[in-house]
Amino acid sequence: MNVELKNIHKHFGTVYANKGINLNIPAGTIQGILGENGAGKSTLMKILSGFIQADPGGEIILDGSPVIIHSPADAIHDGIGMLHQDPLDFPPMRILDNFLLGQSGGLFPNRNAVALDFKRLADQFDFSLDPDSYVDALTVGERQQLEIIRLLWMGARVLILDEPTTGISSLQKAKLFATLKILAEQGKTIIFVSHKLEDVEHLCHQVAVLRAGEMVGETRTPYVTSKLVEMMFGKAITLGARQPGEAGDVVISMKDISLEDVRLRIKNVNLDIRAGEVIGLAGMEGSGQGMFIRACAGLVRPVGGRIQLKGQDLTGKTYHTFKRAGVNFLPAARLEEGLVPGLSLTDHFVLAEEPKGLFIDHAAGQKLAEERIRSFNIRGAPHSPVESLSGGNQQRAELALLQSPLSLVLLEHPTRGLDIESVIYIWSKLKERCKQGASIIFISSDLEEVLQYSDRVLVFFSGKVSEPLDAGRTTVEELGQLIGGKGWADMGEAHD
Amino acid sequence: MIKNRLGNLAYQLVALLLAFGVVSLILISVDASPSEAYKNIFKGSFGEMRKFAEVLVAFVPLLLVTAGLLVTFSSGLWNIGVEGQVVLGAIATTWVYRLLLESGLPPVAIITLAILGGMVGGAIWAALAGILKVFGGVNEIFGGLGLNFVATALTIYLIFGPWKRPGVASMSGTVPFPDEFSLPLWAGLRISPWALVIALAGVVFVYFLLQGTYFGLRLKAVGKNFRAAYLLGIPTWQYSMYSFLICGALAGAAGAVQVAAVYHRLIPSISSGYGYLGLMVAMLINYQALWAVPVALFFAALNIGSIQLPIIMKLDSSLSGVLQGVLVLFVLLAAGVRQKFGRKS
Amino acid sequence: MSQETIIIGLAGVLASASPLIFAVIGETLSERAGVINLSMNGTILLSAMGGFAVAYNTDNIILGFLAGMLIGALVALIVAFASITLQQSQVAVGFVLALTCRDLAYFLGNDYMGVPGPRLQAAPIPVLGDIPILGPLFFRHDVITYISFIAIFLAWLWIFRTRPGLMLQGIGEKPAAAYIRGANVNLMRYVYTIVGGALIGLTGPAFSLATRAGWMGTISGLDGFGWIALSITIFGGWNPVRGAFGAYLFAFLQWLGLVLQPVLTQVPSQVLQVAPFPLMILTLLLVNIGNAEWVERTLAAMPESARKIFSKILRAMRASPPAALGVPFEPD
Repeated sequence: MNVELKNIHKHFGTVYANKGINLNIPAGTIQGILGENGAGKSTLMKILSGFIQADPGGEIILDGSPVIIHSPADAIHDGIGMLHQDPLDFPPMRILDNFLLGQSGGLFPNRNAVALDFKRLADQFDFSLDPDSYVDALTVGERQQLEIIRLLWMGARVLILDEPTTGISSLQKAKLFATLKILAEQGKTIIFVSHKLEDVEHLCHQVAVLRAGEMVGETRTPYVTSKLVEMMFGKAITLGARQPGEAGDVVISMKDISLEDVRLRIKNVNLDIRAGEVIGLAGMEGSGQGMFIRACAGLVRPVGGRIQLKGQDLTGKTYHTFKRAGVNFLPAARLEEGLVPGLSLTDHFVLAEEPKGLFIDHAAGQKLAEERIRSFNIRGAPHSPVESLSGGNQQRAELALLQSPLSLVLLEHPTRGLDIESVIYIWSKLKERCKQGASIIFISSDLEEVLQYSDRVLVFFSGKVSEPLDAGRTTVEELGQLIGGKGWADMGEAHD
Repeated sequence: MIKNRLGNLAYQLVALLLAFGVVSLILISVDASPSEAYKNIFKGSFGEMRKFAEVLVAFVPLLLVTAGLLVTFSSGLWNIGVEGQVVLGAIATTWVYRLLLESGLPPVAIITLAILGGMVGGAIWAALAGILKVFGGVNEIFGGLGLNFVATALTIYLIFGPWKRPGVASMSGTVPFPDEFSLPLWAGLRISPWALVIALAGVVFVYFLLQGTYFGLRLKAVGKNFRAAYLLGIPTWQYSMYSFLICGALAGAAGAVQVAAVYHRLIPSISSGYGYLGLMVAMLINYQALWAVPVALFFAALNIGSIQLPIIMKLDSSLSGVLQGVLVLFVLLAAGVRQKFGRKS
Repeated sequence: MSQETIIIGLAGVLASASPLIFAVIGETLSERAGVINLSMNGTILLSAMGGFAVAYNTDNIILGFLAGMLIGALVALIVAFASITLQQSQVAVGFVLALTCRDLAYFLGNDYMGVPGPRLQAAPIPVLGDIPILGPLFFRHDVITYISFIAIFLAWLWIFRTRPGLMLQGIGEKPAAAYIRGANVNLMRYVYTIVGGALIGLTGPAFSLATRAGWMGTISGLDGFGWIALSITIFGGWNPVRGAFGAYLFAFLQWLGLVLQPVLTQVPSQVLQVAPFPLMILTLLLVNIGNAEWVERTLAAMPESARKIFSKILRAMRASPPAALGVPFEPD
């Protein structure tokens, strides 16, 4: 089916997630949609699949006739099916039930007939799925396979896949790609949304690149990788000259750290960090860096290896022990994990202090809050509830809550969604901490930021961890390729 | 801010009017005159000193339970098991009495120990719900409900088993202890000034705990955002346990007063539903300690005042519960309407 | 004890569990859709009183049962409106209704206290009722007990075998995924909460017009059954068949308490009567403990082989509630 998008806009509040997008995809094409996290890819696809509606004025045209898609049910009725990044299926239910859930028909589905259909489709693509087993026993890759044949069975002629190669094995990826190629040959339209250069280059007939909600370029195979990277990440605003810190003694030392959760395994990471050093963790979301930084905080217990902080063995200890030893963690979700909505700035500063006696000295708390508000340049009053502050000011408040002295600061996306002025301010505050001898580990999806402020960089890709890279001698392009999974063979992983 | 408060007050006023409206309709539906019913409730609670004293008798345990629940609500817990904690307080108090009555200790010491024993008993029962919640992942509502049934059964078991009256066991309870071991009463009335002191001390304690102390602030942080509180360095699960213990101790004190000042023995329905009623009061006052005193007094007055209804108007005394419930329901609904539709305008 | 006594006793267990079964199935449907109806304890009392009053005044038992269902549906409507439309705490609203409806039942039922009223008669099924053992056990009950047997089967069939039932599971499990499959999530939640409420409302008349005929106000002994049904719903893992099993087990344990009383004189009857509750708490503990954080940390500290075994055991024990239970859903 021919898919045409005309002048698609979508705004949330004052922010445009999509701005005047035009796209034309002929039937039988595998169309890549490339862009970094937050570029607007998912929004565009949700509009096409009916999950959200575009702002008025845009048009979706299928095989020449304009359609209006109010809901995902409308979309599938029109032949558009979407595979979401987090599979929208029902883990505690059986595969067959997942398969036929949502199909219209009589009160009692004919399970035997459905099972036959299921088998036929699964065999066609060489998927080995047992209709009677439960979805929560499947890998992410198998859940995708289930969803693909379900959508085809429902009559999808356009298949949207949102970051489908995250969290699946290379074998499953090969199978997925083979399937998508077969489908394209059958005349289906495939829209492949990804940030992984390698995947897109390998699979797609043509690619559209999104950045900050806008379509910044379209290109066809053969691709020039450097050009794709440039389109994806753009020309960066200058943050001033790099100021590498002066490294002191080893503060934290990690030996053979292994981590695992349901999706990922990280094996045998070794890392020594010196006082004053800044380590940036780069990688697309869900590549393992989040689990790693939480292990550095004691929030996730490693299944193997040892962590030492200034000679003190902290392996297997809880975050509170880490915290007493001088480790502070600032999570990305400020209002969900970092701050307590409903409490004021003063309350937060009082909470972060060691209690002096039983009763709170409200006057002293007020004074403390005023002082911190001034020195961290927070726009807000001592009595302001934290949820009333802007994102930048919430982040400043979190920085103001860091304890003193400090050995290690762990930050998840410290500047996500902030204006440039706040970014520079926050980093000046963090660098002050480095001068006082603290080390920093931070996660960021902004590659400029990673290279600008780190001394060394670790790149994560599907649970693999690179050797520490010297930030001063790495370019955005090199980093972008590694994040996209290219060039790993040349450098080897950090052990194992 | 002031406009916000006025708006809030307006919504609550509407809720109050609607509640009285609905209850009036219910009264009319059974051919009773609403105005006469309300008049009788008022007369039955504030009409004479003796009746007002009865109101205070009900007010004391209700206030203690409400005070305790303010602590658990602050830490984000729905301590429905408070009913059982009152019962265990009463059981423990009775146990201490039985242990010490013959000991020759002065009555003052025995009374004090009995009440302290009740607080410990309530706290232990609350700790069980807390352990189930913190270490077992069992929601405090279901753990608490189960423990409530066990507590009631335990009472009946004791009354009909080990603690039965000489001769024949009966629903009238265990053997009453002599009057000199009771909390001293006001002459001619059934209310003990000491019980009032305990209840008011409880609510003042909770007020200052939640308003002025580091402990209270940390408790609130745990209740509002468990995850962030943990990252801020607060020992979260310990604070959940502390709040269970404090609430249990206050509920236990309520049970203790029921034994030491009101019934002088253990009876099967010793908690009289004050635990559940306390949950209603706490919801109605939107978890603000200062309002606990007037609202608990109002609820107690409704309870006592409605005792007159069967005698005078041949209506069931449960009308008070209906009025209380409908009132809380409308306040909750009004809050919802305000959040949903108030935000848009 | 003779064989006959045992069979009559067990038949009595099946009959006396029937009211609970309606409540458990109703709550299961409601929670499967994602709405906790905590009002159950009050709903049961109010529908018992209301059902009895209607049957008494109209001299029509069927109208009594219908009245009970209507009451249950109306209370559920309040729960649905407050939780789905106003997005208020389901627990708070449900709890308030539980107390309010109870008191309303006592208040409005004042005139019917101890009044002799209509009662459902046993309706033995010809032929089937004469089969030895099975006949007296299953086929000599009243109509409402037969309906309870059928209801278990139908609810199971609906949830696990029909198309809308599959969607019901989906709505409570992951509303967003049900939504992309075409479900109107909030409308369905309303429907199931109200239908579930109507079933819960059947419990009351099943007491007051059948197993415990009459209305006795506070001494009816019905106060508490709603909370029991709530625990049994969890015990049953949101499956009507397992839930019914829980209800039978509960009734059986209570019967056992009565039967054993003369035999085990040193164990007071009250202990046997509440035996189901500690068992219930223990079950809840077993199915929930895998969710506790310390368990996860302990697991990570284990060697790989042990970790795999223990994770499997915990997973197998865990009864997971519908994942979106109590969580409001907005399509955008």
